Amino acid sequence: MRRRQSAAELAEGVLQGTVGAVARAITSIENDQPVGHDILNRVFPHTGNAHLIGVTGPPGAGKSSLVNEMIRGYRERGAKVAVLAIDPSSPLTGGATLGDRIRMLEWHNDDGVFVRSMASRQFGGGLAQHTLTVAHLFDAAGYDPIIIETVGAGQDEVEIASLAHTTVLVQVPGMGDSVQTLKAGSLEIGDIIVVAKGDRPDAQALARDLRRLQTLHDDPHEPEVGWRTAIVKTSAIEQTGFDKLQAAIAGHKAWLRESDEWDARVRTMLATEISGRVQRELMRHIRSSSADQQAVIERVMAREISPLSAADQLLASPRQP
Amino acid sequence: MTARTADQNDTEQGDHPVRILVAKPGLDGHDRGAKVMARAFRDAGFEVIYTGLFQTPEMIANAALQEDVDVVGLSILSGAHMSLFPPILAALAKVGRDDALVIAGGTIPKDDVVRIKEMGVAEVFGPGTRLQDAIDFVRQHTGTGAEAAQGHS
Repeated sequence: MRRRQSAAELAEGVLQGTVGAVARAITSIENDQPVGHDILNRVFPHTGNAHLIGVTGPPGAGKSSLVNEMIRGYRERGAKVAVLAIDPSSPLTGGATLGDRIRMLEWHNDDGVFVRSMASRQFGGGLAQHTLTVAHLFDAAGYDPIIIETVGAGQDEVEIASLAHTTVLVQVPGMGDSVQTLKAGSLEIGDIIVVAKGDRPDAQALARDLRRLQTLHDDPHEPEVGWRTAIVKTSAIEQTGFDKLQAAIAGHKAWLRESDEWDARVRTMLATEISGRVQRELMRHIRSSSADQQAVIERVMAREISPLSAADQLLASPRQP
Repeated sequence: MTARTADQNDTEQGDHPVRILVAKPGLDGHDRGAKVMARAFRDAGFEVIYTGLFQTPEMIANAALQEDVDVVGLSILSGAHMSLFPPILAALAKVGRDDALVIAGGTIPKDDVVRIKEMGVAEVFGPGTRLQDAIDFVRQHTGTGAEAAQGHS
């Protein structure tokens, strides 16, 4: 049976950077245990320092391999790096295969690298429910940067951009023509776009299409303001492009710090975390009156009321404080 | 999904998924058994951290620690179990994770099974094991019985 530790002990361990305490604290947050809430309350005043970097892109694009190379760059500079790697949960059984760690095993003997795999538990948006809250624990334990690798994501999963200071979007060649680069959605959220598998022959064409897309935004009558998305081609096979990526991330961080954008993004991140919690608690209250819910669904089944009215009724039902 | 109550005990298994590491220590490259088990555990509703082939005792201990797994599942078909299991168990103890349930699978002779269990491996699942038996064993030993398993109905 698992050993037990109090919230005070675990919080102290987190602040001292004890790996076992951080690991256990993450579990308690992930499982919504009261002890997790207590730990967060204790360590939260010591957070707000780390640079959160989101890495997103389609499945098999090479996100984990890219993160592995990012770790190398940060370790060469002596930074303590945490990685939160999210993989999907089964919608049928709730189970999951968490297979990102396998790309990052070379750091197993390095105290300065903490890799934690997390199942999405059907949260959506390529993330897990407690993503940012877990990042606070890494932050309190002195990890900086914290890299969040999303579930393989397609065209529309943009939530990571509201949970990270810097979003790195990974694209790969061979996924369509230049019209794809015109589309709204994921492509708009990358502060940095990585063209991975850059050793492939059509990688250059993709990088070119992405760069041309940027010039379509340019209005010669307006001065350029803000951050211009950096486009970096990388290859894990040829070991090229990672210095440029490192420089682009550092450049973006510097820009965030110099402008008001750092605080603006932090405000968005915390607001997202808070509203996520509010939604979750509301759903919990509604589920706790599951008898009401069943009755309401039956009435909708019988076409007595509409789904929208049913939702209104559930929201209006009395809740325990 | 069922709602959790505020007074639910902080470190009890409750209704959250079992976290299990599936790793292959040593040098044999036969990972089919490990993959079959990883898949079976996934379909049983467990969260499986799969680290695959060629794992050293330190790699296994580090993964068990950082991933905070409930269970460590080791698959070995090289015959080197008697020399690999003691350093794995020692490495787990060194990082403070000797509280994890350790189970093993693969080609391990009967006499060795007895000795491996004496070392602290909870159970050994040899060739011909029913997947459900391994799943049931994990559930029983992590306090996630049938009720918890049906949480995702």
